[in-house]
Amino acid sequence: MRNKEEKAKGALHYYLQSTSGIVGAVLVLVMIIVAICSIFGITPYDPVEQHIENILQGPSAHFWFGTDEFGRDVFSRTLEGMRRSLTVSITAVTLAATLGVPFGILAGYIGKWFDQLVTRVSDVFFAFPAILLALAIVASLGNDWYDTALAIGVVYTPIFIRVARGPVLTVKEMDYIKISRVLGFSSFRILRKHVFPNVFAPIVVQIALSLSWAILTESGLSFLGLGTQPPTPSLGLMVSEAQPLAAFAWWTLVFPSLFITIVVVGLNLVGDGLRDALDPARRSS
Amino acid sequence: MTVQPLLSVIDLGISTIQDPRVLVNNVSFHINPGEAVGVVGESGSGKTLSALSILGLLPRGVGVVSGEILFNGKNLLTLKPEELRQIRGNEIAMIYQDPMTALNPVMKLGKQLLEVIASHDGIDSESDNRVRALLSEVGIPDVNRAMESYAHEFSGGMRQRIMIAMALLLSPKLLIADEPTTALDVTIQQQILALVSDARKKRDMSMLWITHDLGVVANLVNRLNVMYAGRIVESGTVEEIFRRPKHPYTAGLLSSLPTSTGTNRERLTSISGVPEKPWLVGNSCGFAARCSRVQSRCHNEIPLSVAKDDSTVACFFPIGSK
Amino acid sequence: MNFRRIMKYPGVSRTLSVLTTLFGISVFVFLVLRVIPGDSITGAFGIETGALSPQQIAELRVYYGIDQSLFMQYISWMQSFLSGKFGFAYSTGVSVATLTKSSLPVTIELAIIGTVLGVILGIAIGMFSAKKPGSTRDFAGQLFGLLALAIPGFVLSTGIVTIMANKFHYFPNGYEYMTPWENPWMNFQQMMFPGLVLGIAVAAPVMRTTRSALLETVDKDFVRTAHGKGVPNNTVQLRHILRNSLIPIVTMTGIQFGYLLGGAVIVEKIFALPGMGRQILDAIMKREYATVQSSIMIFAIMFVLINVATDIIYRKIDPRIKK
Repeated sequence: MRNKEEKAKGALHYYLQSTSGIVGAVLVLVMIIVAICSIFGITPYDPVEQHIENILQGPSAHFWFGTDEFGRDVFSRTLEGMRRSLTVSITAVTLAATLGVPFGILAGYIGKWFDQLVTRVSDVFFAFPAILLALAIVASLGNDWYDTALAIGVVYTPIFIRVARGPVLTVKEMDYIKISRVLGFSSFRILRKHVFPNVFAPIVVQIALSLSWAILTESGLSFLGLGTQPPTPSLGLMVSEAQPLAAFAWWTLVFPSLFITIVVVGLNLVGDGLRDALDPARRSS
Repeated sequence: MTVQPLLSVIDLGISTIQDPRVLVNNVSFHINPGEAVGVVGESGSGKTLSALSILGLLPRGVGVVSGEILFNGKNLLTLKPEELRQIRGNEIAMIYQDPMTALNPVMKLGKQLLEVIASHDGIDSESDNRVRALLSEVGIPDVNRAMESYAHEFSGGMRQRIMIAMALLLSPKLLIADEPTTALDVTIQQQILALVSDARKKRDMSMLWITHDLGVVANLVNRLNVMYAGRIVESGTVEEIFRRPKHPYTAGLLSSLPTSTGTNRERLTSISGVPEKPWLVGNSCGFAARCSRVQSRCHNEIPLSVAKDDSTVACFFPIGSK
Repeated sequence: MNFRRIMKYPGVSRTLSVLTTLFGISVFVFLVLRVIPGDSITGAFGIETGALSPQQIAELRVYYGIDQSLFMQYISWMQSFLSGKFGFAYSTGVSVATLTKSSLPVTIELAIIGTVLGVILGIAIGMFSAKKPGSTRDFAGQLFGLLALAIPGFVLSTGIVTIMANKFHYFPNGYEYMTPWENPWMNFQQMMFPGLVLGIAVAAPVMRTTRSALLETVDKDFVRTAHGKGVPNNTVQLRHILRNSLIPIVTMTGIQFGYLLGGAVIVEKIFALPGMGRQILDAIMKREYATVQSSIMIFAIMFVLINVATDIIYRKIDPRIKK
């Protein structure tokens, strides 16, 4: 029985052996730094400040990513947009996991009618295009970032329910659990010692993956005009605004798109790396 | 006039490809036409890999690194893929340990059987009858139903019969059997053994039978090879080996067989220790750690096979010498 | 007549499951749109009444269950919906049913094209990758899968529009939409770009599923048996390996198709295709709540039916599953 520290070190060691995991982690870290810069206002320019004399200039020493049709610095706007995407996504996934995991564990552990109920309810949402449901919610709630986060969070909750429930079901059937119960160990203790460790890995992996989907969904929503409103920048909105401009001002399209892609790729790689590191079978993709 | 062996395995060496570990080390044996030869050993001794290498069926990550496998004079290891393919199922056929996983779960059994013919002779009007005749011969009661059924609808013993039918379809000169009865009930085991024996005699077919169970092999094969830690440690006729085992390991195996004689109170003898891993055996006898006759030489040199009486032994101090 | 025995009848359990799912979605959609204060719905009638006849307004009142308790509102809605009264668009007076009749086929056509393209592409690249796992080609295949996933559909679409429309001045989607019956060639041209974008999006998960299914199957014993019988390699690949990998691929295809039906919203908008996605989107923008509610329900029904169909199909493929 290795203790938690050893296990964590072991997992870290395995994770570091996967190149894709490292690349992913680096990419994500870069984006997080970007976002933090934005929070503290460490951007070259104010993202909404217009420099009329510098409209639609290509990337230069002054404006690293060029300027848009209002003369705003694309680089600063991209940083701010990334911050927004990450904020919404992290909030959404935290919400989804916080709601979903306890329900999933309970459903798996208690079983019977409660499990049936929870499963049926969550099946309703599972694989249903998140964007449709998120659309509906955002339409009724509003355009603020927390509305979007709430919408996405609610829609992703069922995934966490399912992911948390699975290992619980497997572990529940194992003999040592039955023995523990017969011996009178409290349910809570069984949960803590045996169930949680098994549930931890899939959830962590799912968090990474859900973050990547959330970013895509959030940028999709803001592309449609249902998220952040101008002049506040958001990556999806920037792409939308770039539609008429891209033919002669490629930078307005390319940079926000690139950032979205990078962070999504990074999160996926991190997810894969985590999966390989934490899965006892060590099945590499 | 000496008989040309049907199959000659000469100095076969198999190891893992990535981080090389020896799995089979300098293994040599032969099978004469019409003969049945057994290879006995514990799991990890390399017996299955040796058998798989004959038809080039080694799993991913494992490969032959040395030696030759001569079949009717041709080295199977250097054949072109198409040439090897023509031999598989046709002149040499193989049956495997787990009949459930060895059959395609989503293909009808009739089709899987016909596939053997299709891959070699080509299907004609007689093919269907040939398959049905063989299914009958191996003891499948309702042949019509079997042709239309899937593997999971049958019991283990039945599936093994079907596998045997599949192997015998093209009347191969050599049948390789990799522990086909290990996964079966004892009573079914006997049936399968009898079935294979009869089929063999009818066709004058050679056979290579792999097993870990000495008891199974006693009435089945003419000659026997005993493998341990990737090497052949003793080789000879069944009678010779059973009556006068020369290698301490062979003797240990024999004495651990439950007998029907003796009092009820005797404990089953076993060989102390655990089987050695082939790649960890350096310049010594792999069995040294567990041998009751061990001496210092055994730890420093690899014993090679030498002829003694009617068998060959790889031991410095075989039983029956000082 | 006990409960357990009824459940054993084939189809009962599944029908029950379907109904429960649909019920759940209807409740969800109902509740979500109830967050909007009721006045804004009735208020909308007042302002835009110009387009609606009194009879239509009356139907809408029933549809929304105005002036009733929440529970009765739901019942009222369900009754309306189930009797085919899907409500009306305030601004035009056109019934949602009519709107849907013309928009649904567009979405279905797009979904089919996207799915077919995606599956072909996905299986091809999956097979390509799986042949030599860990090799450069495998890396390339997986890189494709990753990028196809990570580059948002709207980015790809915008890119295509920019290049095609603005640089090459070739943009069939700029013209009025044509159905396949009216003008097959125009229809094809209008579908090809959005179909391509969706196809790429579908190819990513299909490729991943194909690859892992193939890799898992290749090590199976029966593949070894097939080789041992002397079956030619191509036949082994197709008849033994691929055939056994089909089940997860079919399942994934079904999921993707269902997903495309509703998830193609953005692509429909960018390429000006008058499908269900755009219908819902426009309705949301214009606050046409009846349209939104009914459209999502209609979509949900289709989605669930597709899942059932997928289920049935893979029962047919896998003889191991008892009917």
